[in-house]
This record gives sequence, structure tokens and C-alpha cells, in this order.
Amino acid sequence: MGAIKENSDDEMDEKVKKYLRGEAANLEGLKDKKLKGQLAVREDLYGKSAKTAAKIEKWLLPSEGGYLEAEGIEKTWRIKQESIAREVDILSSRNQYDIVLPELGPYTLDFTSNGRYMAAAGRKGHLAIVDMKTLNLIKEIQVRETVRDVAYLHNELFFAAAQKKYPYIYNRDGTELHCLKEHGAVLRLQFLKNHFLLASINKFGQLRYQDVTMGEMIGNFRTGLGRTDVMQVNPYNGVVALGHSSGTVTMWKPTSAVPLVKMLSHPGPISSLAFHPNGHVMATSGRENKIKIWDLRKFEVIQTLPCHAKTLNFSQKGLLAAGTGSFIQILADFSGSQNYSSYMTHSMAKGYQVGKVVFRPYEDVLGIGHSMGWSSILIPGSGEPNFDSWVANPFETSKQRREKEVHSLLDKLPPETIMLDPTKVGTVRAPPKKEKPTKKEIEAEMEAAIETAKDTDFKKKTKGRNKPSKRATKRREMINRAKRPFLEQRTQEHETSRKKHKLNPETEMPKSLQRFVRQKAT
Amino acid sequence: MKVKVISRSTGEFTRERSQDLQRVFRNFDPTLRSQEKAVEYVRALNAAKLDKIFARPFIGAMDGHRDSIKCMAKNPNYLKAIFSGSDDGDIRLWDMASRRTVCQFPGHQGAVQGLTVSTDGSILVSCGSDCTVRLWNVSDANVADSDYLSDNSAKPQAVYVWKNAFRAVDHQWDGDLFATAGAQVDVWNHNRSQPVNTFDWGSDTTISIRFNPGEPNILATSANDRSITLYDLRMSSPARKVIMRTKTNSIAWNPMEPMNFTAANEDCNCYSYDARKLEEAKCVHKDHVSAVMDIDFSPTGREFVTGSYDRTVRIFQYNGGHSREIYHTKRMQRVFCVKYSCDASYVISGSDDTNLRLWKAKASEQLGVVLPRERKKHEYLEAVKNRYKHLPEVKRIVRHRHLPKPVYKAANLRRTMIEAERRKEQRRKAHSAPGSIMTEPVRKRRIIKEVE
Repeated sequence: MGAIKENSDDEMDEKVKKYLRGEAANLEGLKDKKLKGQLAVREDLYGKSAKTAAKIEKWLLPSEGGYLEAEGIEKTWRIKQESIAREVDILSSRNQYDIVLPELGPYTLDFTSNGRYMAAAGRKGHLAIVDMKTLNLIKEIQVRETVRDVAYLHNELFFAAAQKKYPYIYNRDGTELHCLKEHGAVLRLQFLKNHFLLASINKFGQLRYQDVTMGEMIGNFRTGLGRTDVMQVNPYNGVVALGHSSGTVTMWKPTSAVPLVKMLSHPGPISSLAFHPNGHVMATSGRENKIKIWDLRKFEVIQTLPCHAKTLNFSQKGLLAAGTGSFIQILADFSGSQNYSSYMTHSMAKGYQVGKVVFRPYEDVLGIGHSMGWSSILIPGSGEPNFDSWVANPFETSKQRREKEVHSLLDKLPPETIMLDPTKVGTVRAPPKKEKPTKKEIEAEMEAAIETAKDTDFKKKTKGRNKPSKRATKRREMINRAKRPFLEQRTQEHETSRKKHKLNPETEMPKSLQRFVRQKAT
Repeated sequence: MKVKVISRSTGEFTRERSQDLQRVFRNFDPTLRSQEKAVEYVRALNAAKLDKIFARPFIGAMDGHRDSIKCMAKNPNYLKAIFSGSDDGDIRLWDMASRRTVCQFPGHQGAVQGLTVSTDGSILVSCGSDCTVRLWNVSDANVADSDYLSDNSAKPQAVYVWKNAFRAVDHQWDGDLFATAGAQVDVWNHNRSQPVNTFDWGSDTTISIRFNPGEPNILATSANDRSITLYDLRMSSPARKVIMRTKTNSIAWNPMEPMNFTAANEDCNCYSYDARKLEEAKCVHKDHVSAVMDIDFSPTGREFVTGSYDRTVRIFQYNGGHSREIYHTKRMQRVFCVKYSCDASYVISGSDDTNLRLWKAKASEQLGVVLPRERKKHEYLEAVKNRYKHLPEVKRIVRHRHLPKPVYKAANLRRTMIEAERRKEQRRKAHSAPGSIMTEPVRKRRIIKEVE
């Protein structure tokens, strides 16, 4: 009895930790008694609410997750989809199918965030929206152009298709709503849910962010690293990661023209990229048939797996799907310590080339878009069994959908909130250490000062005193005045460095000239 | 092999009939929600903006008096009513809901200087500069049946004439004694026409008086010689006195912490004291730019309202150094008396321009019946706004108040003067031997001495 109780205590501790969202604040160093008292009360409240959330979990969460356990000498990765279909109920076995559409090119898929609707796009211009609950085809259109990618916007009413020359936004009825001319020939589209930003990367390696609520172009950056079609959004913090042909992975935010992070991951081009929903783990795969699992807090490799992968995707529960050729491998870490091992495999018919694998949210289903259409297979344990109606509701009515749209628009985050560590919002920025500014910083400051000097407005002089030559000299005078302190500083530094230079002649002068060194007065 | 796959049947997750409520499922797991802090920040910003949009604190003015209003009294048993007395001897009972006079109490020959109601709500005591104290019968029956179209006037139950003009009056809590302040402090009984007891300590007129809500025998008074004196009726002698640098105009005891009281002073500040330890103020509340004339605590004990000579009404937190809210109107002149309503929702101010004004205590509060969901939403928005109110964009919106130009300029001037004084003090300290100049803490600075 004692051992069981301990177990449940450990479980409760784990759960409480999950709800606490980090460590409690350290109140020891505070001298302000009033503030200390107020913060102590708050911390107490947080502890209580985390404990209550952990306790009511067993009543509040109706469903349990899926699982697959092998018995005896059986291994889970040898189990075929047909044998799984025989064991599960009819409703679930309906989720296993192959849709064969050989003429219209490799298919890419995208699911809405509640897993209810799917948009499929064939390379030869076939766009289709399917309701996954009833497996009902809502609308299909043929745009008669190459379609390279499709992405749902905030709900099932709108989706964007990256067509030959520009991306277009369509309605659920197939009506074309917008033609996004500024993006150019887009290779990949990603939608940032919380910010209502549509990110796209085009043929020339230009990354663009557009706000789909007001249509404003927020950012337009030349990555400078060439054409790439590997792009993923990290759902935890909203940064967009691109994988380039030089093997570097760069991470971008819409408010800066230089990437946040540039990491050299693979010796060859990156073939695909995927983020774990908790935001700390990333999987990348390169052409050298290796998958690397990264810890994004330390930017270190946790694990390297020898596995082909043309496409990668993480599920809500942390299973990793890797697809290459006509073979799909599902990797899972059972111990929780990011040690991935093979969980399930699936091979399709020989001619089918896997284009994209996407896990369906809140279901134990993997959608595969391949060259002959799309398929769906069952992966027990991949989806989150308990959804939250206010986050994503697979059983949404139209009234609920409209209300949710309004609420999410009210809560739309400004693009400045995208940062590598999203918990930094609202925290105090540590005062900058008084270090000497680097050369770059000094130059940047000088440029900024010159810009402001150039921007000054001059008084409008009349009666013949406003000659253009005089205006030009006045402007030059202002710019020189802005530059002067920096130039003085520079000359001062030169003087000091020259003096320092002079003071150590013994190390520099050749031995024969030592006699001419000025001796210090002893 | 054991296998289980998530399968949700539509029946379990959707409602059975269209008359049912929609089913809602919750999962509080933080991994399902991303960027929670940024979402909270956006909500805090929107909440601050909405607050400002809905901030309409002024409800109405009660017009009727013909001279400036010097004193007000609350009836603890009847929420809607308020008594006010003006400089021409006119005492009126107002119904705050319709903002009309219910009853008039004529009789005083000169200015009405003080008004108070007994704790059971039956007797109204008024005192004036015509050296009289009048007792009026204002039990519920009397008030409730009045018809406010006809100007009802009542006859006083008793009139007591005494030697000097009176400046203030207050009634004991749960007792039948009341005390008047004038040349000396007199303690009266309802039925006696002469004071039961007289206190006199110091040579100057007492200008305000307040009984302690917790200890019915203790009262605090303030006098023209810049002192605050505490009296104990059981000892029939004055207990303690503290002399400050400037005169205190009014005192209010904290109803929830009856050992603390706050004094409204002539030097534009309010000082909160612990009655047991008068050598140091507990808190100094600074924000007014002219003398603070009156002060009243909210029944929650967490806030108090002050009215000042600079034509503004401010609401402070009980332990906050600066005001949380300021109310002003072009038509409102010098504010001489303020009261916080007994349900902590309204603030009433009586001023020089013969009007009583009714304001909301929380400027953007929704009045009337609030549905439970609305209330929860308001509470959530308030909490999220308080969590992020230190961030610059939110702070800018939350702090923003429009000040009338004279107040704004006077505040700037005061700030410059105080800054200059502080800088000089710092330089004096820096250029003298360490330890030779001791700065007194602000809480002690304005106190001259404490006398037993």
C-alpha cells in the first residue's frame, strides 16, 4: 500500500509541476516587506491553483489516450495496419484508407487546428476540402496551375494555396478571395495562429509575413541563402525556421531583418524540419540520411538517428513521423528522456512517393500526401485525447466558430511578441552591463546620428536668404556636427592605442634597434 | 497485441436536444496553449483601454441649496438617503436615487456646521454657528412616507442652546451620547439640555471630531493649534495629543481597522496614524495641491475619499501614497465635505457651488444587476490588468487622467519645489561630515511632538 501511495504522490507531483509553469520566485533577497508579503500571497495562490488543477484532472478529462502494446515476442514496429484495423472499432477503422488520384500529381495536406477539416492540394492544380468527421468532400476545385502548397488560415472557412505565380486565398466555397501579388512565386506557406500572420518563402529565398486581418505586409526579408522549400513554424513561440541547402537552419521573427538564430545542422542540404509541440525539441533531417534531434534551449544535438527522411512531423503527444520513398517510420520516446526509438512502420505500394506526413490533431491518425493521392493510417497514442473547447473544438457548431473567431481576433498578438523565449513578456529586462560598445555598435550609433541630422527641417528663410547653396552647406554643417563626437572618440582611441604601441617597444623592435628604445626614468 | 485508438462518439460530445446547453470540455494543460503571457498582455492592454472608454463616474448633481454646503451625514440604516447642511441654515434630506429633496429641516439661524445621525437611524443631530444643537426625529417611517413633490419640513424634537458656536458634531457608535466641538469639546446625552461632560486641553477651538467605530468611548478631535487629540470618555480626561506643523481639517477612522485613523491636513497631504503610536505616521498620502478639507473611509476600510480646496475629489487606497482616482468638473468649486456611501459604490461630494454631486467609486463600473458571467469577466479583466500594469504601454493608459489646468500647473510647481528642496538637502549632506545631517523620514517630518 505504501508503494502504491508513493507512486500516486509522484504522479501528483508531476502533474502539479506541469501546471505550475516554471519555478516559484525566490523572495529571499527582497527587502521591501510590503512587496514581499504581496508576492508571497500570490505564490501561495499559484501553488493552490496548480494543485487543484492536478486533482480535478481525473474527473475533468473524460478520455484516455491510445496505446499499442506488443505481447510476447512481437515487436510494435512489425505490426501492420491491417492487424490494427481488425482490433479497433468500426468508427476508428474508417480512418484508415487510401485515396488514389494518380493523374493530378503529388499531394500536400493541411489540417485545421481542431483536426476536423483537411485541405488537400495536388501539384497539377487540384484543391479539395474534406470534412474528416463524415469523410465528406465539401468542395473541390481545379485551378489549372501548379499548386505547391496549401495552408489553412484561422478556421476552415479560409485557406491559402501557393500557386504558380502568386498565392491565392480561397473561401470554403472555392471562391477566390485574394490574390497576394507581393509574395511572388511561393514554395511554402505557414500560418501563425496567434498572430494571424501568413508567412511565405518564395523561389528567390524571400521571406514575407502578411497580416491576414488587415492585409498589411509586416515583414519582407531577403534571406540571402538561396532557394529553399523547407519551412516550419514553432508553435510554442511563433518563430519561423527555414532549412537551407547549405545545411544551416535559420530562425526568423517578423520584426528583424537578420535571423534570430543560425545553426549549422547538417553537412548537406536540409530535407525537412519539424518542431515538437512543447517548443524545446526540433528534428531536422539532411540528405546524408540522418535525423538529428535538437534541444532548442541549449542548441545542442540530443540524438542522431540513422534514418532516411524526406518529410518529418511531430504529433501532439511527441511521436515523430519520418517519411521517405514509400516507407514511413514512426519514432517515439518511451522513457521521456528524448531517446527516440522505432515505434511503428508502414510501407505503401511501391510506386507511391511520400510527399508530406501530417498528424491529425486530437486523433490517432497520420495523414500522408503522396504522388498517387493521399492516405490515412492509424497510429495509436499520437493524438491528445482530451481537447479544450476554448482552444480547439472538433465538434464546433457554426455559432461557436463565429464566437471563437471574434475572441481570437480580440486576442490577436502584435508581431513584436514573437521571441525565442515567449515567457519573457512582462519580465524585467536586466540592466545592460556597462561594457565598451563594439565597433559595430559605435558605427551603428554614428549612422543613426547622421540619419537624424539629415532629417532636420530648416527654417524657411525669405527675402533672398534661402539660396540652395546655403541650404546645402547648412546641411553638411549639421551632419559634420553630428559626426564630430564619434570622430573625436575615434582619434582619441587611435592616440591611446598608438601610445600603448609606443610603450611596448621591447616586444616589437628588433634586437638591433633596442639601444634606441626610450628608457623609462627609473 | 493490445491496441486502443482514440475514438469519440458524436453523441457523447454534442448536446442531445436543441434546448440543452452546448457541452464544454476543459483541459488546462499548458502545452495546448502557446504564448499565454503575450495573450494575457494583449488582454490587459485591451482591458485598460475598455476601462477608459467606460469610465463615466459622474452620475448627477443634487441641486437645491442656496448656499455652500458645509457638512453631510449618512444614515447607517437607510442606504438611499443623505443629509446635507449649508451655510444659510438649510438642512435637507436627499433621496440619491432620484436626486431630489425628500424633506427639509429649517430652523438654524446661522450656518449649519455639523450634522450626524445616531447609529439606530432615529435621531439627526445638527449644530450651528448660532450656538444651538437641534435634534430631529428621522426614523424610517418618517422618511419613507414623505412625498417629495411637496417640500416637507419637519419640526425639531429638541433645541439645546449653549455658550459658544459649534464647529462639528459626531454621534457615538451604538450609544446615546454625542459630542460637539467648538471652543471646547462637550459630550451630550439626547435627553439632557446641557452637556454631560466637557473636555478642554489647549487654548484653541476644536474644529472636527470623530468617534471611534470600534471603541465607542474613544474620540479624536483636531484643533486650530495644529494638534490632533484623542479623548477617552471612561477616563473623562484627554488621553493623547500630537502636534503637527499644519492644522488638520478632518479625521476619519478606518472602519475595518479601528485603531487607525487618517487625518486630512492643510498642507495638502493626508496622514494615516495608528492611535497607539502617534509619534510616526503610518502612511503619508500625497496628491492634492491645496488644503484637504474632508475625508471619509469606505465601509470596506480599503479606500478613502478626500475632498480638497483645489476643487477636486480624490480616492486613495488605505495604504497607498498616491491617489487612484481623481474627480473634477468645471462647475464644481471648492469641495468642503465628502462621504463614501454605505455600500461602497458611490461617493458624494458637497461643494461651494451649492450642489451635492454623486459619483461612482469605481469609474468604469457597470451599475445595476450584473449577470454572473459579466461579473466574472470584469473580475478577470481587472486581475489581468493588475498583473501587467507595470508594463509601459499599459501603465500609460491606466495612469492617464485629465487634470484641470490649474491643478496640473500647481502640481508641477509643487513637484519642482519639492525636487529643489530635496536636491539641496542631498548636496548639503554630500558636502558635510557623514552623519552630521540626519534626514527625518517623511512620516515623522510633519510632527512636532507628541504630548501625553
